[in-house]
Amino acid sequence: MADISSYEHGQEAGFGDYVALLKPRVMSLVVFTAMVGLLVAPVAVHPFVAFTAILFIALGGGASGALNMWYDADIDAIMRRTRARPVPSGRVTAGEALGLGLGLSGLSVMMLSLAGNIFAGLMLAFTIFFYAVVYTIWLKRRTPQNIVIGGAAGAFPPMIGWAVATGGISLSSLAMFAIVFLWTPPHFWSLALFMKEDYSNAGVPMLTVTHGRPATRRHILAYTLILAPVALATAFTSIGGPLYLVASLALNAVFIGGAVGILRRSEAQAEADGYHAEKRFFRFSLAYLFGHFTALLAEAALHSFNLGGW
Amino acid sequence: MAITRDHELHSRRFGRNLGLGLALAAFVVLVFGLTIAKVQRGDSMQAYDHQPRVSLLPPEPAK
Repeated sequence: MADISSYEHGQEAGFGDYVALLKPRVMSLVVFTAMVGLLVAPVAVHPFVAFTAILFIALGGGASGALNMWYDADIDAIMRRTRARPVPSGRVTAGEALGLGLGLSGLSVMMLSLAGNIFAGLMLAFTIFFYAVVYTIWLKRRTPQNIVIGGAAGAFPPMIGWAVATGGISLSSLAMFAIVFLWTPPHFWSLALFMKEDYSNAGVPMLTVTHGRPATRRHILAYTLILAPVALATAFTSIGGPLYLVASLALNAVFIGGAVGILRRSEAQAEADGYHAEKRFFRFSLAYLFGHFTALLAEAALHSFNLGGW
Repeated sequence: MAITRDHELHSRRFGRNLGLGLALAAFVVLVFGLTIAKVQRGDSMQAYDHQPRVSLLPPEPAK
């Protein structure tokens, strides 16, 4: 009879560990932005087809998360925030993460091509490639601009949602891409400001490590200033309208105000109050993105009642 | 240590198998639903019924 007591009982993975490989919190952002991209498009999609398409866009995002955890297991083991992830904690082997990531990538691209169209499927494949290879393997450990360029991976989902409905790209879908793309650096750099030991210990060239923290504060403000006109200009594309413009004005005013506040603080001040302003800015950045996409969704809803728009 | 039927290891494996089973079942439902949605949206289909199809005949010249 086999003796199973020789196994390390705490080391075997449960189903939840495989779900954790797909980064469910990142997936929730992907689901939301892809859904908005699909719903604001001028072409109506069958509700079940829309549901399936969004599900497989999310699964594709999850697959790239698993590939990221496969490649980054060595870094994740060092950083406090990521130490408990399934691969560094030993519950799931790196090979399993790689297999799951590749398998789900193929499945999600194939199913999105069938549910939506080939173009949307190819865009999803490119997004997975961009996150897993361009960001994780090429950029993350080499350049402090890693998240600037890598942010493109997170910005593709609304474009994919749009492509599912229309089969192409337009100024409106590019505008949604630009919002997420330019929003990513201030979002992550504010996180890096209050997670400082983690990135430096792991040797990831975060801007805070390579250029110093005052430079990071300047970069945050610079990106919020570039982001604001792009976010506001989206109001004048086919998916925008007065409601979106008002929401965007308010959100950008608060966002820039927060970035100016961060710039003015010295490191001593930040440490004294436990990075209060930086943490608040990070939390608000989530509301900023959610607010913009919700406003776009509201404009689309108004459009269906012949309201909204210009 | 005695091996019991309800060892924690077994319940964890059961959970994993159950999760995979449910995921596969959901996939089957999804493909079925997608098929129904696609077929319903498509153009109406005509099978060969040993008669020339009216829709394929050239329009009759006006008399």
